[in-house]
Amino acid sequence: MAKKETMTINMGPQHPSTHGVLQLVLELDGETVVDAVPHIGFLHRGVEKLAENRSYHRALPLTDRLDYLAPMSNNLGYVLAVEKLLGITDQIPERAKVVRVMMAELTRIKSHLVWLATHALDIGAMTVFLYCFREREQVMDMYEKLSGARMTSNYFRVGGLSLDLPEGFEADVLSFINDMPSHIDTYEGLLTGNKIWQKRTVGVAPISAEDAIDIGLTGPALRGSGVDWDLRRDNPYSGYEDYDFKVITRDGCDTFDRYKNRLDEMRESCKIIHQALDKLQPGPILADVPSVCLPAKKDVVNSIEGLIHQFKIITEGFKPEPGEVYQGIEAPKGELGYYIVSDGSANPFRMKIRPPSFVNLQALPQMVRGKFLADVIAAIGTLDIVLGEIDR
Amino acid sequence: MPEMLSLSNDPILFICLMLAKILVVFIVVVLIVAYATYAERKIIGRMQTRLGPTMTGPLGLLQPIADGLKLFFKEDIIPAQASKLAFILAPMMILVPAFITIAVIPFGGDIVVGGYTMPLQISDLNIGILYILAMAGLGVYGIVLAGWASNNKYSLLGGVRSAAQVISYELAAGLSIIAVFMLSGTLSLRGIVAAQSASVLDWYIFSQPLAFCLFVITSLAEINRTPFDLPEAETELVSGFCTEYSSMKYALFFMAEYANMIVVSAITATLFLGGPAGPFAGPINLLLKIFFFMFLFIWIRATFPRVRYDQLMFMGWKVFLPLALLNIVITGAVVVFL
Repeated sequence: MAKKETMTINMGPQHPSTHGVLQLVLELDGETVVDAVPHIGFLHRGVEKLAENRSYHRALPLTDRLDYLAPMSNNLGYVLAVEKLLGITDQIPERAKVVRVMMAELTRIKSHLVWLATHALDIGAMTVFLYCFREREQVMDMYEKLSGARMTSNYFRVGGLSLDLPEGFEADVLSFINDMPSHIDTYEGLLTGNKIWQKRTVGVAPISAEDAIDIGLTGPALRGSGVDWDLRRDNPYSGYEDYDFKVITRDGCDTFDRYKNRLDEMRESCKIIHQALDKLQPGPILADVPSVCLPAKKDVVNSIEGLIHQFKIITEGFKPEPGEVYQGIEAPKGELGYYIVSDGSANPFRMKIRPPSFVNLQALPQMVRGKFLADVIAAIGTLDIVLGEIDR
Repeated sequence: MPEMLSLSNDPILFICLMLAKILVVFIVVVLIVAYATYAERKIIGRMQTRLGPTMTGPLGLLQPIADGLKLFFKEDIIPAQASKLAFILAPMMILVPAFITIAVIPFGGDIVVGGYTMPLQISDLNIGILYILAMAGLGVYGIVLAGWASNNKYSLLGGVRSAAQVISYELAAGLSIIAVFMLSGTLSLRGIVAAQSASVLDWYIFSQPLAFCLFVITSLAEINRTPFDLPEAETELVSGFCTEYSSMKYALFFMAEYANMIVVSAITATLFLGGPAGPFAGPINLLLKIFFFMFLFIWIRATFPRVRYDQLMFMGWKVFLPLALLNIVITGAVVVFL
């Protein structure tokens, strides 16, 4: 009997479709994948450890660099966790909460746009890539207007926001979300009805609902397997309970349904942003908790008390009671959780991050075993992984 | 009409004119190859809300020259573990068949030179179509060889894909052409053009629409263009068979891709659109038809995702092949009974 030989191929960390520095050790029999073993860690920066040596305010910029396609979602999860630890969740001003929701949903659109762009490019549809980046650029411009940075926003603060909305920002957001649904229709026009796209996605990279739950899949990937679970509705935070939106669920368990899910989520995000704009009222943007929040700039430059106040918070930070807290949010890619342990000092004793991509990546070997090499690319795309938050 | 110019009646004039024809055709093809890269980048750029090249010369028109120069001055790397001879030969084996296929394409009617008639075609083979199919088959060896000789796993996969691809589409492509020469009664391309010359309605695209569609689709597969660019599949195989190539060798692959585009466009125009027939002078008509098909190929590249390896095989064997056979049966029935 002839010996059956397989070929081992190292896909990545330098490969155009591994979305960063993921290394997949593939065992191939011809074009059929016998096994796939993801190797991670090429982008490890020790974010969790770094946070232990910084005060709570200073750990915030580290979170920008987790899922660098959705920095504000990462910020949001962190500030919510710290606020929960401090017990000031109820004191966050309404305006800050609304702006947080608005920016989190814009971030969702932004993140999904990059997902669609790269997913389509991986499967060979080049034009969608550039259309998506055109729209993403608008969100980036808004980011820049709001926080001064396009990628590393560092915008939310423990207790509220760092800055109020700049002039004309609401109009920018409104015109963006008014145009966005028609842009989504354009992407759908290029992909959804396309026979080749359907052939490449329907039934590809399947994962059943039971397996998805066992692995701990979250986000659009879980909802593509028919599990109706969304933290925004099931464990609301930052006032999400006041918004009217649908949780998009499909039970095809395949790449195509996950694709449709994310497109519909972008449409729902537009609706949420509409509601947020309606709710937006003038008011304070920082909670009235002097022991935690920085004083207003005018107090710092005009009074010695303000200056001392700022100096104390910058140099010493604040010291939460000893205890531990977990806060999960529905980030664009799934459940993003922060588990923070305080020992009563100004630095977190331990900050454990539960990144959605890290958990979702576990599903990859199961999705591609016995399938074709080309489906591996589709599976990586459909899981929407970002190595920044996998490796931390 | 004066006597046909041949080697026996005026050898010197014949050889000179033959060399002139070869030179002109070669230069035109190379120029189109160079500017096809420019056109592709401009057209796809516009379709993707970009501008394409703008900085090199007016409107970026010198871009192909800059690209050529850049590739020419790059270090030519041959991987240590590569099979050296095959590695060097492979790019040539792709480019040469592409260029010599042009030899049988008629690009105009007859002209009178020095008292003799001369056809505007380099060589009128009486088995022209067979020659085209043979050359198309040869081009694949270059890809397979490049994939194998690179000693790179991605390249190998690209080469294997290419071999699988050729057996899937070549049969359907060949069979779709059979219907054409069942109607024309000749394998000579000149004869096929003559058979379509009476009026526009005699073009075989009208009597053989199915064969036309099959041939255009299978020729996309033959020249490895989207949606059938599996052997290179940048996002899967990291450029597949040409991963390890650099400098001019890589440029040869690139030129071969565009030369192949010109070749299949010219063949399609000749077989189905009356070749040089049309309102302008012969060569201009043919060029316009070639440009039309090249635009179509570029447009398709901007629009479609890539099919999967097994799906291409499925299409080749289970869809195109039966359709081509059906087309032959119908054409045969029509030719015999009507």
